[in-house]
Amino acid sequence: MDGLPAVEFHNLVKQFGTVLASDHVNLSLAKGEIHALLGENGAGKSTVMCMLSGVYRPTSGEIRMNGTAVKIHSPKDAAKLGIGMVFQNFRLVQTLTAAENVVLGDSSPFWRTRRWMERKTREIEALALRVGLPFAAGRPVARLSVGEQQRVEIVKCLYRGNSVLILDEPTSVLTPAEADQLFATLRKLKSEGKTIILTTHKLKEVMAVADRISVMRKGQMLATLDRAQTSEREIARLMVGQDRSPPKTRVPREPGEPLLIMDKVTVVSDRGRHALDEVSLTLNTGEIVGIAGVAGNGQKELAEVLAGLHVWKSGTITFREFRWKGPSVRGSIKQGIAHVPEDRMISGLAGGLGSVDNLLVKSYHSDERANLGFLRTALNRLWSQGLVEQFDVRTAHLDAPVKQMSGGNQQKLLFAREIHQRPHLLIAVHPSQGLDVGATDAVHNLLLGLRAEGRSVLLISEDLDELLLLADRIVVLFAGRVMGEMTHERADREQLGMMMAGVT
Amino acid sequence: MELFTQLLTAAVASGTPLLFVTLGGIFIEKAGIIQLGAEGLMLMGAVTAAGVYLATSSLPVTLLAVLLVGGLLGLLHAFLTVTLRANQIVSGLALTLFGGGLSAYLGKAITGIPLSGAVPKFDFGVLGQVDLFTLSSLALVVVLQIAFFHTSFGLHLKAVGDNPATADVMGIRVQGMRYFAVIAGSMLMGLGGANLLMVFSPTWIEGMTTGRGWIAIALVIFARWNPLGALAACWFFGFLDTLGFRLQLAGSTVPPYFLKMLPYLLTIAVLILVGWRTQHRMSRAPQALGIPYIREQRF
Amino acid sequence: MNKYRLELDPSGRESPWWVTIVALLLAFSLVAVFILATGKNAATVYAKMLTGAFGTEFGLTETLVKAIPLMLCGLGVSLAYRIQVWNIGAEGQFVAGAMAATAITVYLPGLPAWSALPLMVLAGIASGALWGLFTALPKVLFGVNELIISLMLNYVALQALDFVVYGPWRDPAGKNFPGTPAFTAAESLPVWGNSRLHMGLLLALVAVVAAWVFVQKTRWGYELRLLGANSEAARHAGVNIKSYAVLVMLLSGGLAGLGGMAEVSGVAHRLLYGISPGYGYTAIIVAWIARLNPFGIVVSAVLFGGLIVGGYSVQTLGLPSSISNLLQGAVLFFLIAGSILGKVRVRRREAA
Repeated sequence: MDGLPAVEFHNLVKQFGTVLASDHVNLSLAKGEIHALLGENGAGKSTVMCMLSGVYRPTSGEIRMNGTAVKIHSPKDAAKLGIGMVFQNFRLVQTLTAAENVVLGDSSPFWRTRRWMERKTREIEALALRVGLPFAAGRPVARLSVGEQQRVEIVKCLYRGNSVLILDEPTSVLTPAEADQLFATLRKLKSEGKTIILTTHKLKEVMAVADRISVMRKGQMLATLDRAQTSEREIARLMVGQDRSPPKTRVPREPGEPLLIMDKVTVVSDRGRHALDEVSLTLNTGEIVGIAGVAGNGQKELAEVLAGLHVWKSGTITFREFRWKGPSVRGSIKQGIAHVPEDRMISGLAGGLGSVDNLLVKSYHSDERANLGFLRTALNRLWSQGLVEQFDVRTAHLDAPVKQMSGGNQQKLLFAREIHQRPHLLIAVHPSQGLDVGATDAVHNLLLGLRAEGRSVLLISEDLDELLLLADRIVVLFAGRVMGEMTHERADREQLGMMMAGVT
Repeated sequence: MELFTQLLTAAVASGTPLLFVTLGGIFIEKAGIIQLGAEGLMLMGAVTAAGVYLATSSLPVTLLAVLLVGGLLGLLHAFLTVTLRANQIVSGLALTLFGGGLSAYLGKAITGIPLSGAVPKFDFGVLGQVDLFTLSSLALVVVLQIAFFHTSFGLHLKAVGDNPATADVMGIRVQGMRYFAVIAGSMLMGLGGANLLMVFSPTWIEGMTTGRGWIAIALVIFARWNPLGALAACWFFGFLDTLGFRLQLAGSTVPPYFLKMLPYLLTIAVLILVGWRTQHRMSRAPQALGIPYIREQRF
Repeated sequence: MNKYRLELDPSGRESPWWVTIVALLLAFSLVAVFILATGKNAATVYAKMLTGAFGTEFGLTETLVKAIPLMLCGLGVSLAYRIQVWNIGAEGQFVAGAMAATAITVYLPGLPAWSALPLMVLAGIASGALWGLFTALPKVLFGVNELIISLMLNYVALQALDFVVYGPWRDPAGKNFPGTPAFTAAESLPVWGNSRLHMGLLLALVAVVAAWVFVQKTRWGYELRLLGANSEAARHAGVNIKSYAVLVMLLSGGLAGLGGMAEVSGVAHRLLYGISPGYGYTAIIVAWIARLNPFGIVVSAVLFGGLIVGGYSVQTLGLPSSISNLLQGAVLFFLIAGSILGKVRVRRREAA
């Protein structure tokens, strides 16, 4: 029986609406191997992992374990089969101790004396130490570092006797030293016969730890490679794919004066880490600068600092030769900075309000839209009607709540509002995320239109195709630092892929 | 010395109804649900106790009826907030208004009829006489303290109130636990009302709780969601309440209206104190308090 | 396995208007059970309530008289609820306004009408707003839950009321009656003909229109709506959330305070014990049933005013007037359930 793969996927399909998130995926995991699953965001890695861990139910296809077909309909089913998943955002109760988290879900014994808990705590600490992932099991999870919390998650799986471990982006929260420690443990677990599957963006790590590597793109499984017989370059090329989009009308033009100068700006994130680490960046008038990088490497903070929503710890920001003293949303708007945020329905639009009110968000202070504190209602309606037509927003009527519109129309409405201000700088964060082809083209044309008018765009995107298509320069952010920069003409897909994965 | 014992006895008598309600509130909030219907539940508990006892003269029947009424109203709140995921604040307010109206309506016929000797008292020598409610409130504190902190049930309850998504993944029945907590806690709140009526002021009057339900909700915060803390908080509160009352009897020159304001002002002061102290620290409140839990969509 | 499952309408539309009607009907049916349990005929009782509240000229004007404080308090709390500030202290703010207006008559007696009434209005609004501020400040400074504070302040206000009407402001000629001396004509709001309907109705309607204009037509009202609809989007627009919590509590308290002023000056013509039969609490339902819409509040205030008057009129049938409180609570319950159940759709399960 040992020859059979521990886990096999047979033509696994997962459909969300019209999108095939997993398109007839085949994959087999051997007993005692470390298997890395690679791909850009939205490639379908998470979907595949979630089907194995019971969070999603496959639309069609089959999962086999040790040669037998199994049905995994819930995380409970997965747990019974010995499959444990370590999620990117941990499933831990912060207020409980590490040991309590590990035993959570066990109903027996009912009575939990202090002595019982102490014994369990020692047991768990011993287990953790044995696999090389020590943590203080008696401490509340909230007082453990992020790295230690991840250890708790892994030990939780081991405590339950899981034989298949799924790790979703395990190193994204770890320091390099912690990552090395984790890899040592994974090798040890492998030698004990556990099957480990992990996702990552970082090529170096893949080469360091994985036995085999599978690459996904757009829901499809492209290839499974042996580590010994492949190279970083080959994987990077597979991951980002070939340029297939037809080139758009993108007229070359000389960049103008410097508009925004960021000098060694450091931002501390809400979790206390350096989200931006001495980032220096210059933006000229009339150019589109793309920020490439995997989510969570400082892009959100970059956008928020410029929009006046986030404080920065050190460094200087100069915009139109005016040096900023501190964050101010109104100040940023007044100076002509427009912002299309990442989650349009969370921070961009108010779903319960109609189109007019949503269009007013950035301009209701202006004398054009309000007079002596009173909104110019009739005028604003006309103005909104004009914008809605100009930007081709399809809505039942102007007062219909915007949450009833399609994603593409919401995004067009958001762009209408931000571009109408005639901004000097537009910050667009993942502007085409979740949009269909037509809406994506519309958004791209809007961005190119701004550039043609001599305005600047900071385009933050994970989609390399989009960046290569639109940006005059592409700056790669990795772990809050600028990894490198490429001009449009000299941009190289593979090299960008490597920089995004932290390889220089 | 005698004055002191008297004061203490009076403090416990005034604090015990609060204790039942506060414990009920802790139970419910530990599961992540806010129950602002405490005032209405107390009133319903009180009027049920008065009506049933006057009709049957049987303490067990009375207590069962009170538990039933509290449980049913709790079930209503649980259905609205857990299953329908209605706004917990509005549902609690509705319960308070409904309970206030219904108790006044039902209690019209028995207004002003005193109950006497309904609750047995036990002689504890130096400690004096202790009534059944006080005794069982003490037992309840012990039981809940153990249940919350020394059983798997308590661990699961805490997980449900702090992080229902994780609890769900770990195989804990989130909705079931929440229903259980809301119903059980609401029963305790009804019992608090019954205690107020049967021991503290044994005559049904419309609106007789005069905000005690709300004070108990504030005491939940003061007690930091801990049964022993609730005991201390409620007795302390009862002590101050009694002190004001005694001052009034002792012929204090302060008009009685200001002394009657004391419990309310004190509650505000306590809340500000707690707010000020926990401003820059992690609150001990259940982290998912007031947030309906929606299971991640599974397709 | 069930072939069908229930799910919430994903489009997030408001539940349809008829849900309110159904909720009202169900609430009345539930209370009918309680009426029947006491051996009365529910149909007779409801008919009596209806004629008592709306059937006669006296009943109708009384209903409108009761609707005035409900309108003002309901309007006040609706502003706060828009941005999830849970002010349940309208009762206290109402009493504070009534006391401040009376203070003018006590400490500045004999003023002519042109100065007495405006001063009383100002005092009522200012003191209600101040009472609201007592709730807002702990909230924004220390993060204290406004629900409990505003409720506690109701009891404080009621004790303060008892103090003045039993103590320093008591009418010496009133034979121990807990109330102040009657207001002079100059201190009383003009009334409509021979009825008790007073100019407060006009004030309330002006307030309703003003609130609508404020919310729908001004910049600040716009920020309020944005904040209520999506506080994160409001933050991205540079709206200061804390200052709005203070603003709505000031407005909320001010409106309730005006209600208190109108009640003493227009109806009671003196400050007396128990000046409010719980208007501040009923106002919560009034605001909720109107879905916080100012004009809707006019309708629901009249409806609930009728409920109160109807409650009084069935006392002759031997029913307690608290039946109207019971109805109010039941209405709110069914409304909450209805607003969600109205959005539930039955869907067929997709074949697995």
